[in-house]
Amino acid sequence: MSALLEIGALTVDFRGSRPVRAVDGVSLGLGPRERLAIVGESGSGKSQLLLACTGLLAANGRAAGSVRFEGRELLGDARALQAVRGRGIGFVFQDASGSLTPHRRIGDQLAEVATLATGCSSGAGQEAAVEMLGRVRLADPGAIASLYPHQLSGGMRQRAAIALALIARPRILFADEPTTALDVTVQADVLALIAQLCAHLGMALLLVTHDLGVVAGLADRVAVMYAGRVVEEGGVADVLARPRHPYAAGLLAAVPRLDVRRELSSIPGSPPAPGDWPSGCRFGPRCPRRVARCEAQEPMLHAADVSRVACHFPLAAGEKP
Amino acid sequence: MRGGLGRDVRAALVRDRLAVACATMLALLVLAAVAGPWLLEFDEDQVDWAHMATPPFEATGHWLGTDRLGRDLLVRTLHGLRVSLAIAFAATLVALVIGVAFGAFAGYRRGRTDALMMRFVDTLYALPQVFFVIILTVVFGRGPLTLLVAIGAFGWLTMARIVRGQALALREREFVEAAIAGGAGTLRIVTRHVIPNLLGPVIVYATLTLPQAILVESFLSFLGIGIQEPLASLGNLIADGAGELETAPWMLAVPAACLLLVVFCCNFLGDSLRDALDPRDQ
Repeated sequence: MSALLEIGALTVDFRGSRPVRAVDGVSLGLGPRERLAIVGESGSGKSQLLLACTGLLAANGRAAGSVRFEGRELLGDARALQAVRGRGIGFVFQDASGSLTPHRRIGDQLAEVATLATGCSSGAGQEAAVEMLGRVRLADPGAIASLYPHQLSGGMRQRAAIALALIARPRILFADEPTTALDVTVQADVLALIAQLCAHLGMALLLVTHDLGVVAGLADRVAVMYAGRVVEEGGVADVLARPRHPYAAGLLAAVPRLDVRRELSSIPGSPPAPGDWPSGCRFGPRCPRRVARCEAQEPMLHAADVSRVACHFPLAAGEKP
Repeated sequence: MRGGLGRDVRAALVRDRLAVACATMLALLVLAAVAGPWLLEFDEDQVDWAHMATPPFEATGHWLGTDRLGRDLLVRTLHGLRVSLAIAFAATLVALVIGVAFGAFAGYRRGRTDALMMRFVDTLYALPQVFFVIILTVVFGRGPLTLLVAIGAFGWLTMARIVRGQALALREREFVEAAIAGGAGTLRIVTRHVIPNLLGPVIVYATLTLPQAILVESFLSFLGIGIQEPLASLGNLIADGAGELETAPWMLAVPAACLLLVVFCCNFLGDSLRDALDPRDQ
């Protein structure tokens, strides 16, 4: 499979009085039409990973390593990055209300991106805007195009924000926790919409979330991040049914399920602050299977059966941590 | 943006009665300042030897009286208003264009570009304006154009600072990130996403700049380095009238009332504009 997006040994550092490393040597690939979910707790670096790929890091952030889109290196190449934004990669942010400019009509904002991407006239841009608003299943898209963002509900704004990310017809959609700001009832709707649009428009999806339920329904592959690194990566069915890394297993055990009656468990301790990582295995201090070797040597991501896992002693299939 | 925002702003302004009244009054004053001196029978510097220092409303043909040289006060006030408004509008326009562009760009680029640009503003700030004006008059001579350059050169500094602060804050908002992610370049983001969102404070500050420019003009004219006699400006008319307060109070009252009216209307119109420009209020 030729990768559409190839992330190689990506590292993100933040300068400051206390320098912080948010992402530490992450390598991931994304094929055409593939849907990859990145799961992890707050501070695991998953959002910064997406921002680094599109050159949207904060002013004091630096990304090193490599990010290739269709074989073209993006890091440090402002023109390549500019060419990829919109048309190559669409971005749906966590807070949809924030990603729409408050003083401009929604139709105008969408049309602007459409004309930028395709070079069409502003009239054609407006038509494309109305069409895309219809595609994200907003009722009466023509009327909504002439409204300001504050006149919509949160769920409608998120749909408009998705339309904004999609109007340039990107090859990949980046979605950074697209439903956390929404009502639970609206969440499922928006996720189903994203899945459907990916299929219809032939887009790949890179979804960041901390909700494993979302992952199960939406993604083909999943990468579990912990403390700036990928600790397990594989097909959704494999990872969810047979997690190999104790952290992934712990995350799964913390998800309530309707079909199995059991105590909900939690992972003891809390994740380390970004950049303030323990020596050896970063999950070591919280891991029930920790031995001396875990503190001495950091496990690297390696192939284990069908998935890749970064653990010296991965769980056997079906084993409890 | 295009016609859309303009249409909404007009609609909101029309609903605001005070704004309509102020806009009408300003329009009348501007019209009077532009056309009035042509329609009235006296010239700006025409001396009426028969009626020197006559009070207003006496059947002398001079509706608002004359000054101590027998020049028609209404004509002189309208001439003065014309000069003052022209200088104030031009200076405000300069402040708007340079200040907004400069401030928005500095704030958006942040970092070293911002630091360099704002140090330039600080340097100009440190220059005493009166000293600067004196140098200008030495080089270019006294006149309206020198005054315009002098006021314009300083008027945009505060605007740039205000806009820069707003732009710095706006820059961190997610819609700017979304615009970058959508493929918009710096120029487009600054003109389409940053500037429209700071129009509110800009308009409010512009309405303060306008009367302030009139005041600076009158201050400089009072010092004798502004508009020179026999040319009239609201500034030198008021200065003139203040000297005759006990003998001919109308010489102060007429131009002062005119100034008051302009400033009052500007402020109210600015306030209403700010409300009209905020789509959340509608």
